[in-house]
Amino acid sequence: MKARGEKIAQRILLVIALSAISSLILIALFIFKEGTPVMLRMGLRKFLFSREWDPQAGLFGIYPMIAASLWVTLGAMLIGAPLGIAGAIFLNEFVPKTVLRIVKPAIELLAGIPSVVYGFIGVMVLAPLIRDHLGGPGLSILAAAIILGVMILPTVISISTDAIGAVPNSYREGALALGATRWQAVHMVILKAARSGIMASIILAMGRAIGDLKAARSGIMASIILAMGRAIGETMAVIMVAGNTVKLPHSVLDSARTLTATIAFEMASATGRHREALFAIGVVLFVIIMILNTCATVSLRGRTTRS
Amino acid sequence: MTAEIKISVRQLSAFHGRAESLRGITLDVPDHRILGIIGPASSGKTTFLRTLNRLNDLVPDFRVTGQVLLDGADIYQPDFVVVALRKRVGMVFALPVPLPMSIHDNIAYGPRLAGIRDRQRLSETVERALQAAFLWDEVKDRLHTSALRLSGGQQQRLCLARVLAMEPEVVLLDEPCSGLDPISTAKIEEALVALKSRYSIILVTNNTKQASRVADDTAFFLMGELVEHGRTAQVFTVPRDQRTSDYITGRFG
Repeated sequence: MKARGEKIAQRILLVIALSAISSLILIALFIFKEGTPVMLRMGLRKFLFSREWDPQAGLFGIYPMIAASLWVTLGAMLIGAPLGIAGAIFLNEFVPKTVLRIVKPAIELLAGIPSVVYGFIGVMVLAPLIRDHLGGPGLSILAAAIILGVMILPTVISISTDAIGAVPNSYREGALALGATRWQAVHMVILKAARSGIMASIILAMGRAIGDLKAARSGIMASIILAMGRAIGETMAVIMVAGNTVKLPHSVLDSARTLTATIAFEMASATGRHREALFAIGVVLFVIIMILNTCATVSLRGRTTRS
Repeated sequence: MTAEIKISVRQLSAFHGRAESLRGITLDVPDHRILGIIGPASSGKTTFLRTLNRLNDLVPDFRVTGQVLLDGADIYQPDFVVVALRKRVGMVFALPVPLPMSIHDNIAYGPRLAGIRDRQRLSETVERALQAAFLWDEVKDRLHTSALRLSGGQQQRLCLARVLAMEPEVVLLDEPCSGLDPISTAKIEEALVALKSRYSIILVTNNTKQASRVADDTAFFLMGELVEHGRTAQVFTVPRDQRTSDYITGRFG
């Protein structure tokens, strides 16, 4: 009786697992099927590196969007990663454990704020500030990078905190007993032991949907990889604050449109080749996220084999 | 005891919150000798050791009363520089803690913290330290491989070498052989006996035989109290206190 019940449960779980996996595979196949023809027809190089995006005229060059995505992501990393890691170090090493227990869930809560809210703050507060003090249209790569940098903070802080907290206390004491100052101990030992973890977390924060689960067990490296995933994948906030002009940006004060924003903007009206081109953008994003996740996995594997 | 006094402990009590883990310890540690500290678990041996390099400062709610004089200077005075103290009083832990870097960099870590950058000088220091810890012959061909790949006994000698590389005056060892096989243990003991001409050594051990083998003086701790302290031969053959006798003969603990 019991054996039969277990068998049935096993079957059901198998079906559920298979349908989850197969739907993911089908989505991936579909994106590739719809997206690759236009790339092949135009030539991959021309699609990726020509600068003209004019669907009416049949010109589909996504270089400006790739540039915009990379600029925004890089900017978000430059802002979010140092702040997040510094915050994690501070919470772990320099305040009492009770503060960590209160502050960390509060920070994690920030990850639940819808991105449209971050975007709204960007439009109402940040963009005017940039326009008034630095010039340009305000809605710009810089604004998008700052907003994204703040949005990835919860990811980076949360995972980096776990990674640093997982470093055995004996490392801290070992370094201190050798005459290290508090800061030297933090710097030399904890970052060293957690380094692979930090990087992974930032890269993952660049494609968030795929990254989240993986990041949970990975550490600081993983927190960076995850953060990069989030930043590249984020759409709503970027649409609102980046300004949305399909032009190769020349400075961080220029407005720009990212890969994800292009899909979101044009999907309603796109047909035929234009539609295919949007799917092709999806393929590009897919490949970028795959590369980031591979980086995260490799960095994690490196860490486990070393220890 | 004719030897010069290196560390002088006066009426030292330690508290974790309200619990008193050391009760009025008074004890002199002479230079160039090995002091063995024995006692059952939670008798305050480790707390005592960690009080001597102020590693307990990190523990929340920990405080001490009394004095610890290193060459006559009270290390618990507010103007005493803790980082400098820990360079003079090195420590080897029960579990070896190789830092996640190469063997060479593990040993060079302390000297580098002290500001030594010269490669030639660093590698000389590393060699000297490894030889003093009887580890040089086993690792001289792989100094730049990860220290994490060494065996447990080698890791512990690495930790000893790392402490020696800082040229400390006192070496504290907290049950350094508790996780090691007899051969590794013998190597560490051999190193300690060879080292006492240059350092004063305090060895906390759960293994009373180890104390009788290597220690010149032995102190017996029980429930945070110093029950007996004297020449090892005397403590082990004609203990003054009944409790010492019971512990040594294995009647408890």
